[in-house]
Amino acid sequence: MATKAQSAEGPATTDSGGEGVRRRDFLNVAAVSFAGVGAVATLGPLIVQMSPSADVLAQATTEIDISKIQAGQGIKTQWRKQPVFVRNLTPKEIAAADAVQLSDLRDPETLAQRTKPGHKNWLITLGVCTHLGCVPLGIGDGENKGPYGGYFCPCHGSMYDTAARIRQGPAPKNLMVPDYEFLSPTTVQIG
Amino acid sequence: MSFSWARPYEPKHPVMKWLDERLPLPRLAYGAVGGGYPVPRNLNYFWNFGVLAGIFLTIQIVTGIVLAMHYFATTDGAFNSVNGLIMRDVNAGWLLRYAHMNGASFFFIVTYIHIFRGLYYGSYKAPRELVWMLGLVIYLLMMATAFMGYVLPWGQMSYWGAQVITGFFSAFPLIGEPLRVWLLGGYAPDEAALTRFFSLHYLLPFVIAGVVILHIWALHIPGSGNPTGVDVKDERDTLPFHPFYTAKDGWFAATVLLVYALVTYFAPDYLGHPDNYIPANPLATPAHIVPEWYFWPFYAILRSFTIDFILPAKLWGVLAMFGSILLLFFLPWLDKSPVRSGSYRPVFKRFFWLLVIDVLILGYVGGAPLNWWRTALGQFASAYFFVHFLVILPLVSAFETPDPLPSSITDSVLHGEEAEAAPAGQTRPRRGATATAG
Repeated sequence: MATKAQSAEGPATTDSGGEGVRRRDFLNVAAVSFAGVGAVATLGPLIVQMSPSADVLAQATTEIDISKIQAGQGIKTQWRKQPVFVRNLTPKEIAAADAVQLSDLRDPETLAQRTKPGHKNWLITLGVCTHLGCVPLGIGDGENKGPYGGYFCPCHGSMYDTAARIRQGPAPKNLMVPDYEFLSPTTVQIG
Repeated sequence: MSFSWARPYEPKHPVMKWLDERLPLPRLAYGAVGGGYPVPRNLNYFWNFGVLAGIFLTIQIVTGIVLAMHYFATTDGAFNSVNGLIMRDVNAGWLLRYAHMNGASFFFIVTYIHIFRGLYYGSYKAPRELVWMLGLVIYLLMMATAFMGYVLPWGQMSYWGAQVITGFFSAFPLIGEPLRVWLLGGYAPDEAALTRFFSLHYLLPFVIAGVVILHIWALHIPGSGNPTGVDVKDERDTLPFHPFYTAKDGWFAATVLLVYALVTYFAPDYLGHPDNYIPANPLATPAHIVPEWYFWPFYAILRSFTIDFILPAKLWGVLAMFGSILLLFFLPWLDKSPVRSGSYRPVFKRFFWLLVIDVLILGYVGGAPLNWWRTALGQFASAYFFVHFLVILPLVSAFETPDPLPSSITDSVLHGEEAEAAPAGQTRPRRGATATAG
């Protein structure tokens, strides 16, 4: 009741009582805000330290020699600690990939879109199943290539065709094609 | 707990009421560090250092957990993971490492001020003996943790520090050498020692945090002491911890953290040793080997025994060094004076400052290269350290006549202000006459 009586007389200007903003309120908010901003800024280093460090980022590119891979063969290599499949497709496999209607695909892409111009026989993809990250079979000699002649993931049965496109099973996407370029006809740089 | 006028916790929001009936955690916090903990109104800035020690323990735990994510506890990898990976490659790794390195020094700085605050104001006396002893346990754990942490970068000082400190244990007859080999898991510091030190360095801070809780719990039974040493008598003698001491602690913490930031950013290696940026070499000891600065006084006591006397000098040094800390556990019974605060003990006060100078001298001698006069000075200062606690303190507390104590905390704070507030002309104001005239 006392505060009501005071406010009836006009806005409070003294340090005590009243309903207006007191100088002390301002000081409180300013001091706690300053400390709060400082505390949040302190979180910065604690958060960014978990991001890939400079030595990890230094592995961002990998050069591969593909001169020894015969048609119909493939190799498994590494880029950023992830498996990479490099496959030299046979004309038959290229024809099989080109024969597929895009409307039949879950993630429609042509083989030409997934390879470099003039190097249509070189299919370079990550060997990481787009379902939950297992390494599919099919790159090594005698491994199960699945019913579509590409890759078969043993974890949950995702099947990829000769262009490493998803055809059947739980995986949502085709095997990812990393950024790469041909430094020479026999050397590829990934990343 | 504590005083009858302590404000009870009264949750207003229905959710807080619901929580309070099931898990009264906010009630615990309110009674421990909130408005429900009455604190003497006359605390000076020396009473801020306990909270500061808690802040630095937190900083050490947080930065330490993060550093452990990037550290390799192998003799091949440790040095490079600290000085290569963490200092150069990890994002903000340099900052976290320097913050941890200097955080240790600041943890000791504030803890030493906290301990000497306790020595001057008689914080170890009844009814707070257990508060004091738990504090000493924390201090011993801190020393063990700091030593093992210093070994982890596996530089020259790390390696030879580990060699020398585990060498202490070889001083004990019969069991000494087997004990040392058992502690190291080998005949010299190596992979086995490094990995066990890393494991324990990660564990002990959490043990410290546990003992800190006991330390605060034991403190809150009688409540905080105060600069007069006079017991709290009624409500006028206290203020609620929140907002009064949270605000004061917050302000002071910000000030000290500013100094900490200045050192961390602009002189991060000032308190360290350059030799620790040389990878550990088991075949060559650095020419001048000393521990980190916070161990210097104890290092001086260790080095001050040079002659075999009944027992070997080596054993005397180790016993004296451990004894200098264990002695403090008996302090509540060595100083029997009923007056707590050194402010009202004219003789005690002088000897207190002599002890401070003595410890500073020990620190200087412990950190400097040895020569004949520093050895002699260290021996004298070491002897005086023991004489202070074992002879001077009991004698002073028996024969000293203390100054008259104030009748209450409030009385000591409001010295003469009531007279100043009297109408002009009736009494003579002591100072600020013009200010009070209006």
